[in-house]
Amino acid sequence: MKKLEAIIQPHKLEEVKEALKGIGVDGMTIAEVRGHGRQKGHKEIYRGMEYQVDLLPKIKLELVIPDARLDEVLTVLTNSARTGKIGDGKIFVFDVLDAIRIRNGDRGESAL
Amino acid sequence: MPRLFLSWLFILAVVSLPVSLAAQTNPDVEKRLVALDAATKAAQSAGDNAWMLVSSALVLMMTGPGLALFYGGLVRRKNVLGTMMHSFVLMALVTVLWAIFGYSLAFGEGNAFFGDLRYLFLEGVGSAPNAVYAATIPQQTFMIYQLMFAIITPALISGAFAERMRFSAMLLFSSLWLVVVYLPMAHMVWGKGGLLNGPLGGAIPCFDFAGGTVVHITSGVSALVCALYLGKREGYPREPMRPHNLVLSAIGACLLWVGWFGFNAGSALNSSGLATSAFVATHFGAAAATLGWLAGEWIHNGKPSMLGGISGCVAGLVAITPASGFVKPFPALLIGLLAGLFCFFMVTWVKGKFRYDDSLDAFGVHGAGGTLGAILTGVFATKEINDVLSGKGLGLVDGNAIQIWNQTLGVLIAAGLGAAGTYLILKICDKLPGGVRVSKDEEIQGLDLSMHGEEGYNFEA
Repeated sequence: MKKLEAIIQPHKLEEVKEALKGIGVDGMTIAEVRGHGRQKGHKEIYRGMEYQVDLLPKIKLELVIPDARLDEVLTVLTNSARTGKIGDGKIFVFDVLDAIRIRNGDRGESAL
Repeated sequence: MPRLFLSWLFILAVVSLPVSLAAQTNPDVEKRLVALDAATKAAQSAGDNAWMLVSSALVLMMTGPGLALFYGGLVRRKNVLGTMMHSFVLMALVTVLWAIFGYSLAFGEGNAFFGDLRYLFLEGVGSAPNAVYAATIPQQTFMIYQLMFAIITPALISGAFAERMRFSAMLLFSSLWLVVVYLPMAHMVWGKGGLLNGPLGGAIPCFDFAGGTVVHITSGVSALVCALYLGKREGYPREPMRPHNLVLSAIGACLLWVGWFGFNAGSALNSSGLATSAFVATHFGAAAATLGWLAGEWIHNGKPSMLGGISGCVAGLVAITPASGFVKPFPALLIGLLAGLFCFFMVTWVKGKFRYDDSLDAFGVHGAGGTLGAILTGVFATKEINDVLSGKGLGLVDGNAIQIWNQTLGVLIAAGLGAAGTYLILKICDKLPGGVRVSKDEEIQGLDLSMHGEEGYNFEA
């Protein structure tokens, strides 16, 4: 099993969700986060006080998939989240030791 | 000959008939005239009283929720309730002090500086008018209207000590400030025999229609003294201290704009054409100042902001306050425009240059805007709008250039009293256990938790 942690642009969330649903990936967890990579932040001015805002709002999307589907999911995820501009985000891939469905105790890929 | 005599008699009778008739019905007509007179007065009193009660409510609305929202949105989220509390608690505290002695010390006749104790516990303040101040409304209406001004004035200062003043110290400070600064100033400017009361024969005749000196200069200068005495907020200006919710501030500012019609047009103390004139001037001042500030921002920063717009409207409302009952609509636009630009310059350039932490710009908006408005009142006040000196010219436009000097003296007295009084009171408040400023830990935790044991936003609840 692999866990994907994708940091994406907030306005791309719906598109990514639809695309994943299209290839039968339904389960995911998302969180509103702030961060930045190479993307520069922006300047905000409040009554003459200037603030450099470099931690920008992003969506962190987590999903766990069977090993066999990795390439397919990565392609769909990358294509649907891409705008082609700096700030589109990153995807990190992790190995997952096990998965347990709390309701009935299913283990491994059958718990996904 | 008898014929001549008879016709004489006839003419005499005809001529005297109405006279004798009138003589018979005279008491009746007189009674009806008296009744008509009373009915006219009652109708005028009813109209005036209705407007003044509405105005009183409008001015209270400026403090809560107006100012509470305006200031509450500008602070960080951990201080939102503590900041709103500063405005809100004064609605209660000042009311009690006003009922016991405040009204009497401000509006009892007294001497040039202080009222006397004739209205202690509101003794004798009932539905009969006090003709010296407002002949057509119950004195109780005048009393409650003036109370709303006494509430908002110390609340304005809280913008300077936001996010770092101990709540107990704030209560003592506001109570003492009311006695030492506000009540004498209100008496000097509006009280009978007051030193600066232009319309009622003061030694230094100032024109302050709705409280430019009494409310805005005193509170603005006191705010600066508070900001300097308390020092900067922990981390200022290194850490970002962005307003946590400008939506609240925008709603608050719009409530201030609307409430200000009660503040200024209500200061006519009746519902006459003068009230309309002040209403128009107030609105025009706010509108032009909004555009002035936005233009300054647009040119200087490249973008006009919502915060800039609402700051500009408040600056304009402040500046037009002393002038509102004395100036024509176009000078009102000009006063507003200048106030918008001047206050923008004060809070961006001057504050940045001297690096004091007037957290919510109480001085930059109220002190600076109030001063500009008071002096421009000396320029544009005209007897065509408000003939308070029975035909004599009021401001520079009436050929009375000396009035600009009188207004300047009024500003200096208000600023001097505000600064000295505030410093003295802060020294006293510092003797309280814990002092006037919260501890560093309490400040980092935020006043909502450390002073009040609650939080403004419990999203998980």
